[in-house]
Formats: sequence, structure tokens, C-alpha cells
Amino acid sequence: MRRDIFQAIADPTRRAILVLIAVQAMTPNAIAEHFDITRQSISKHLRVLSECDLLAKKQDGREIFYELKIDKMKEIDTWLDQFRKIMEERFQNLDQLLFTLKNKGK
Amino acid sequence: MNLLFDFTVDKAAKTIYITREFAADQDLVWDAFTKAEFLDKWQAPKPYTLYTKEMDFRVGGRWLYAMVAPGMSPETAHQYSMVEYLEIRPKTSFSTRNTFADENGNPRTNAFSLVKNTFKQGNGITTVYIEKRFEDLAVLEMMATLGFKEGTIAGFGNLDELFRNLVTSK
Repeated sequence: MRRDIFQAIADPTRRAILVLIAVQAMTPNAIAEHFDITRQSISKHLRVLSECDLLAKKQDGREIFYELKIDKMKEIDTWLDQFRKIMEERFQNLDQLLFTLKNKGK
Repeated sequence: MNLLFDFTVDKAAKTIYITREFAADQDLVWDAFTKAEFLDKWQAPKPYTLYTKEMDFRVGGRWLYAMVAPGMSPETAHQYSMVEYLEIRPKTSFSTRNTFADENGNPRTNAFSLVKNTFKQGNGITTVYIEKRFEDLAVLEMMATLGFKEGTIAGFGNLDELFRNLVTSK
């Protein structure tokens, strides 16, 4: 089942999990240690995140590590980059306007 | 002249920090940020123009505006942005709550951002600090996933589109 990304991050625990695994790949047990909830609840959250296509699984021996799917998170960076460009352009418009206004005032 | 521009994102704090210098005195820069006649001239990314429907710059007042695509008339605009003024310290700072609205200023979504603009006078230069906080990381995420599919125009049209999707997908 494919879920909407909105569902993934509507929950504070899931957001916290994303922040944790953004730093390094972690096993479900290591993730669970950071939270005061049952291992089952953590599994449920991990399942939702997987269904939202935000998690990548890595097998290392008998352990399963979860890491963040970077592509998905990159979309935020793309948006931020676009927003930065809009702001840059706006401010250049404003530079021109201020220049015009200053000259008018003289 | 080399004017400082800094754009920093703190994802954990869901906040964007922007610092920008302008080669003008504080009074003038303040006016450019707070009077519709000036805002109309610089806020729209090209090739859009900005149409202000309402502007009431005082605490509790609001600015209701639309981005108008080339060849379109303001009357056909129905995607509006709304800026509500929460706090004003004349010439020094003002705080707003920004959201998307219809042409009558009815919010289109619960999603909003809080913005604080601060102005500092230097030697012939005014520095503006902008702090834009999203109410929820989910909003930022939705902007990222749904917005800007259409490519470079990246303007508010896309954000409107995005929020429309967000609302209808619930």
C-alpha cells in the first residue's frame, strides 16, 4: 500500500524517527530505545514510514537497518532552493525600486 | 555595491532565516515592506504582477493580494494570499500570519506560516531580518512534494495549487 507523505509526518513520533535516521541508519531496537513506547508501536510507525516510501532497508548480517530515502527528502531541499531564488529575485526588484525612490527624493 | 544576502534553513525548528541588506535608509525600506503601492512593485516574481485587493496595515488588519499571470486581468484571479498583521513596532519590526485565501479573505486551508520582519539602520544601509516559521513540518514537506512540479515558476501560483491539493486530499 502506498500512503501519502502527509500521513508520515503528521505524527510527532514519526517525525522524530525521521530525524534520528537522517543522521545514521539504525536498527528498530536502536530506534525504540529513543522512545518511551512499545516496540510494537515503533514497528507500526516504521511500517507507515515504509509505506510512504521514506525508508530504505539495509540488511547487515542478521540485523536490519533503516535509513532515510534521500531522494524524498531532497524534494524539500529543491523547494527551499526555489524559494531562495524567488526571494533573491524579489530583493533585486526591491533594490531597483529603492534606487528609483531615492533618486526621486533628491 | 555588494549587499549581504543570507538564507539559512533550520529544518528542526521549521524556520527559514533570511538576512538582506538594502542600500537605503530604514524609513524607506520600511515603507517598501508595508505599503501596498510599493509592495505591488517588487513582490511578484517575473513575469507575474501583483494585485492588491485590500491593505490595512495595522494590528488586526490584513493585506489580501493575488499574483496575476501575464495576459490575465486581476478580476479573474481567485488564488489569493493573505497576510494578517499581528504585531507592529513602527520602523522596527512587524509580525504576520500568512496563509492562502479566496478573493474575500476566507482562509483556504489551515496551513500557515508566521513571519517576523525586523529592520536595522546601518550606515546608509538597512538590514532586514526575516524569520519564517512553518506551523508544521508537514506543510513544508507538502510544499516540497506537491509544489514546483510545474518547473521554474515556483511562485505562489504553485503553492496555491499545492494547498488546494492538500485540502482536497484530506
